[in-house]
Amino acid sequence: MAGLLELTAYELAQKIRSREVSAQEAAEAANERVEAVEPEVKAFITTTPELTLARAAEVDARNGNLKPWDGVPLAVKDVLSTRGVRTTCGSRILENFEPLYDASALVNFGENLVMVGKANMDEFAMGSSTENSAYGPTRNPWDLSRVPGGSSGGSAAAVAAGEGWWALGTDTGGSVRQPAALCGIVGLKPTYGRVSRHGLVAFASSLDQVGPMTRDVRDAALLLQAVAGHDPHDSTSANVEVPDYLSELEGGVSGLRIGLVGEMMGEGIDPGVREVVERIAGELEEAGASVGEAHLPHQEYALPAYYIIAPAEVSSNLARFDGVRYGLRVPAEGVHEMYRRTREEGFGDEAKRRIMLGTYALSTGYYEAYYGQAQKVRTKIIEDFRSAFSQFDLLLSPTAPTVAFEVGAKVDDPLAMYYQDVCSIPANLAGIPAISVPGGLSEGLPVGVQLMGDHFTEPLILRAARAVEEVSGFEYEMKP
Amino acid sequence: MISEEQVRHVANLARLGLTAEEVKKMSGQLGAILESIEKIGELDLSDVPPTSNPLNLTNVFRPDEPRGELSPEEALSTAPETADNQFAVPRID
Repeated sequence: MAGLLELTAYELAQKIRSREVSAQEAAEAANERVEAVEPEVKAFITTTPELTLARAAEVDARNGNLKPWDGVPLAVKDVLSTRGVRTTCGSRILENFEPLYDASALVNFGENLVMVGKANMDEFAMGSSTENSAYGPTRNPWDLSRVPGGSSGGSAAAVAAGEGWWALGTDTGGSVRQPAALCGIVGLKPTYGRVSRHGLVAFASSLDQVGPMTRDVRDAALLLQAVAGHDPHDSTSANVEVPDYLSELEGGVSGLRIGLVGEMMGEGIDPGVREVVERIAGELEEAGASVGEAHLPHQEYALPAYYIIAPAEVSSNLARFDGVRYGLRVPAEGVHEMYRRTREEGFGDEAKRRIMLGTYALSTGYYEAYYGQAQKVRTKIIEDFRSAFSQFDLLLSPTAPTVAFEVGAKVDDPLAMYYQDVCSIPANLAGIPAISVPGGLSEGLPVGVQLMGDHFTEPLILRAARAVEEVSGFEYEMKP
Repeated sequence: MISEEQVRHVANLARLGLTAEEVKKMSGQLGAILESIEKIGELDLSDVPPTSNPLNLTNVFRPDEPRGELSPEEALSTAPETADNQFAVPRID
């Protein structure tokens, strides 16, 4: 069924719904593709071929109407809990952990979710290359010597390689958008609270959000439709009506005011990346948008503020991994030594660095200067966006400052790695939705352009992203 | 810079074991990271309120009603060690 692999998720879903194609045929095609490319790409920590087929059989056996996304095989980032299927978060400390319930985002998708497997990721979603996984790095399907980005690098690589038609990732500082950009696919970080995080293993709770990673914009709209919604199990989930994300997709950009973010187009951004973003800006203008220069005056403080807030929340959230209720335990005489040894052996370098950074920033005497000050910077960043959105409907920028880099190039330089998220972090700090959509190539590798909108304007950013897709001429092509 | 002694102190607060080599590496790396983030201290934000939730949600409650949740057996099934239907830990020191 090689032909099936050429379809988008949306197209496949329609064929499954009309029973023209069975979910089992789709599942078999996905499994075969995984078997063929996984030895090179390594997108998954755990593949679940039998479960994929069994769930697909249940979809086919179901009477009555299927939902518009039912039966389309999905890759799930290994930070979302899956009942009875091990969920490692890319960490040694959860190597054999089998959750007792499914994440609400998966429950929202519906019964008999056809999952291809659990996608690789930087440990506890901390990283921008997927090299911080305890299970080895994932390769970029466009060039196997390069990283797929991160932290949702496994999800991005799976979609780019056709190992499943779409994927769920999570985005705390760019972890959906940056790997999407580096792998030539679409990645959407919804508004904070739009998708339930119940069952998502927490990284930085004031920033984390689940998002779709797909072949094109229409697939992203459909997958968001499947997972969005209020959840009483997640007190931070937004009790805001879920609109129809597909109905306005073809609306175009005529009359839209788009601001190109000046602070994200200067030093530190590769010239090849800038060129693609400028070209897209010009083409959107030709398509009827008015494009002007926008300013986010506190942009230079976003990355430093993030690297206080996120590690501080990490140091608190990862305190639960103590060898008592689940996961690894390294035996020792006393309980404190058991904690220390378990965490020493269970966590990798980046997790340790962030726990240390966060604990330091929250410790007596430093709290106000670091965490307190960073939370105030966050207020200034939100004010910057509010002011920008009074002049523009949407903001445009690169998603990441570079194209995909070589495996190993940044592993010993945490600051260089952190810089990958310089354009994506502000949206997390402000809780606004942002999408990365391929804009073209530089050095033969994909470049993502980012569109940011005000809270709950997903229909608008999807519509504009669809227009970018139209003018860019970039079409999804399965790699390698 | 942050001294190796400070690194060991913070590691103890975080109940995180570090090898001597990791302490040394951490001291350099954390120092460099802290230096880069201290930039936020430049701003005078004394009158600015902090943001802890970007949607300004506060105190969301739901009814405190028992639901069909995990049985004790299920809840304990992922634990490294159990005793008497509870999580078991080494001596508390």
